[in-house]
Amino acid sequence: MRFRGRVWKLGDDINTDLIISGRYKYDITDIKELAKHAFEDLDPLLHEKIRPGDIIVAGVNFGCGSSREHAPLVIKALGVRVVVAESFARIFYRNAINIGLAAVECPGVSQAFEDGDVAEVDLMRGVVRNATRNIELKFAPWPPLLRRIYMAGGLVNYIKSGGKLE
Amino acid sequence: MDEASTLTMAQKIISERVGRAVEPGEIVAVKLDYVMAHDGTAPLAIKALAELGGKLAHPDRVVLVIDHTSPSPSMKISNIHSSMRRFAREQNCVFYDVGSGICHQVMVENHVLPWMIVAGADSHTCTYGALGAFGTGFGSTDIAVAMATGSIWLKVPESIKVVLEGRLRDLVTAKDAILTLLRAISSRGAIYKALEFTGSGVHTLSISSRLTIANMAVEAGAKAGIFPADEVTRMFLEEHGRGSGFRELSPGERAEYLDELELDLSSVEPMVAKPPNVDNVCSVSEVEGVEVDQVFIGSCTNGRLEDLRLAARILKGRRVKSGVRLIVGPASRNVYLKAAETGVLSVLVSAGATIIPPGCGPCPGRHLGILGDGEVCVSTQNRNFTGRMGNPKASIYLVSPATAAAAAVTGKITDPREVV
Repeated sequence: MRFRGRVWKLGDDINTDLIISGRYKYDITDIKELAKHAFEDLDPLLHEKIRPGDIIVAGVNFGCGSSREHAPLVIKALGVRVVVAESFARIFYRNAINIGLAAVECPGVSQAFEDGDVAEVDLMRGVVRNATRNIELKFAPWPPLLRRIYMAGGLVNYIKSGGKLE
Repeated sequence: MDEASTLTMAQKIISERVGRAVEPGEIVAVKLDYVMAHDGTAPLAIKALAELGGKLAHPDRVVLVIDHTSPSPSMKISNIHSSMRRFAREQNCVFYDVGSGICHQVMVENHVLPWMIVAGADSHTCTYGALGAFGTGFGSTDIAVAMATGSIWLKVPESIKVVLEGRLRDLVTAKDAILTLLRAISSRGAIYKALEFTGSGVHTLSISSRLTIANMAVEAGAKAGIFPADEVTRMFLEEHGRGSGFRELSPGERAEYLDELELDLSSVEPMVAKPPNVDNVCSVSEVEGVEVDQVFIGSCTNGRLEDLRLAARILKGRRVKSGVRLIVGPASRNVYLKAAETGVLSVLVSAGATIIPPGCGPCPGRHLGILGDGEVCVSTQNRNFTGRMGNPKASIYLVSPATAAAAAVTGKITDPREVV
């Protein structure tokens, strides 16, 4: 599984309130509608600028805060297929893979990219490449269980197709 | 088991469940004692469950709570609540409607026991570690699978040992202790790990205080924040009619920890987490004098009787400063009733407080105290992120109930010891 796309670079400790605010998530059940408020308190126009296929590169502790699955859901609804970060908060990390958004933990990534660079992510080989600056970073591939869940198209599909939790 | 002496509390609980000694880093599937979701997370879980066939493995172990937007502030949310009620009726699961309280408080008052493993669709499920249980938060899809199968997968965490010594001084609270700890280890200090609290200081802390500390373990990124189950735990369970469920829990004598830190409770000062991050912590003295528009005393962190009583001690015979709004949210109906019966509520109301229904109140930012542009709120809740209380142009300072009550009296961030 490989992705190539324009990078939107975000900082450290991007919490789930910044990804999707609590003032919207209780009322709006349509994720595409909700995605119009994605990252609003970080940059009110960011959701309009992000295009399908784009890649988010972030610092440490991405997705910290609440357990709201709306956070990876709105990112996926904007067309982002992979988030590469120095590290993730654990609930966001699981949620992302469970709903079919690739979350890749890659130390050094925030130093290797600038906003607007083109990234190539190879999930199986465990390589993130900055195609603009020709920098290559390696990351530890997912454990087999996470890989199976992701390849099934998320946790619901994985369980429906008879997948086991170990 | 012999290996028990080298196991952390997290390892002990998970090992017992899977029937063999587990090592940190292992991925295991565990059977769950309870699966919990609330009105912020249940709707997505119910939707995912429908795709999985819509059946609960153990209806009596699934708990739904309406607390985040309770009572409903909008038609859309009312319809979401209706669908939760219908689901609970059809599935015959455990259901707590509007007014019952915050999910975590309801869980510790009625369900959680030491050695249990609980999965909650809320990041603050780590609160249950106060009773010696392994509680941790998940998203709605994981919770749907947990509802359908009765199990969940998890990675056995490495643990960080937090040795608590001494005793908190008067008007300094468990909130100040956990804020001190967050300053030391930061919001990333325990990602994927469990915090385990040990040391003689643990036994000086009430369950209410332990709940405050365990609740905020996730603010360091932790998967769980676990206390030993001791005499204090047994007393709490007896008071709540569940004494027979008590079992002692403590780490193995030679338990292996990733890291160890110490906190002398007697040296803790009143602390504040400044906006917009929970680990942006300093002492109250460093921000003393910051003017305040609203004060909130409540939430799953600090909405218990001990917290309300402490606030009442400071507010007794005093008035909330003109121009300041004091909002008090009891964490559960049980807390509300006890606060009424013991006269705590009348002290708070006489001082000028507005009491809101048991529930999350203004903390998640949808109703009951949304801030205006440029306003400052001093709150006993656990998060101060931009926009958290509904307005990205407002600022939130996190404090103890004593410091919050002091701010309500003076209209400024104030060391509570200067007011009493």
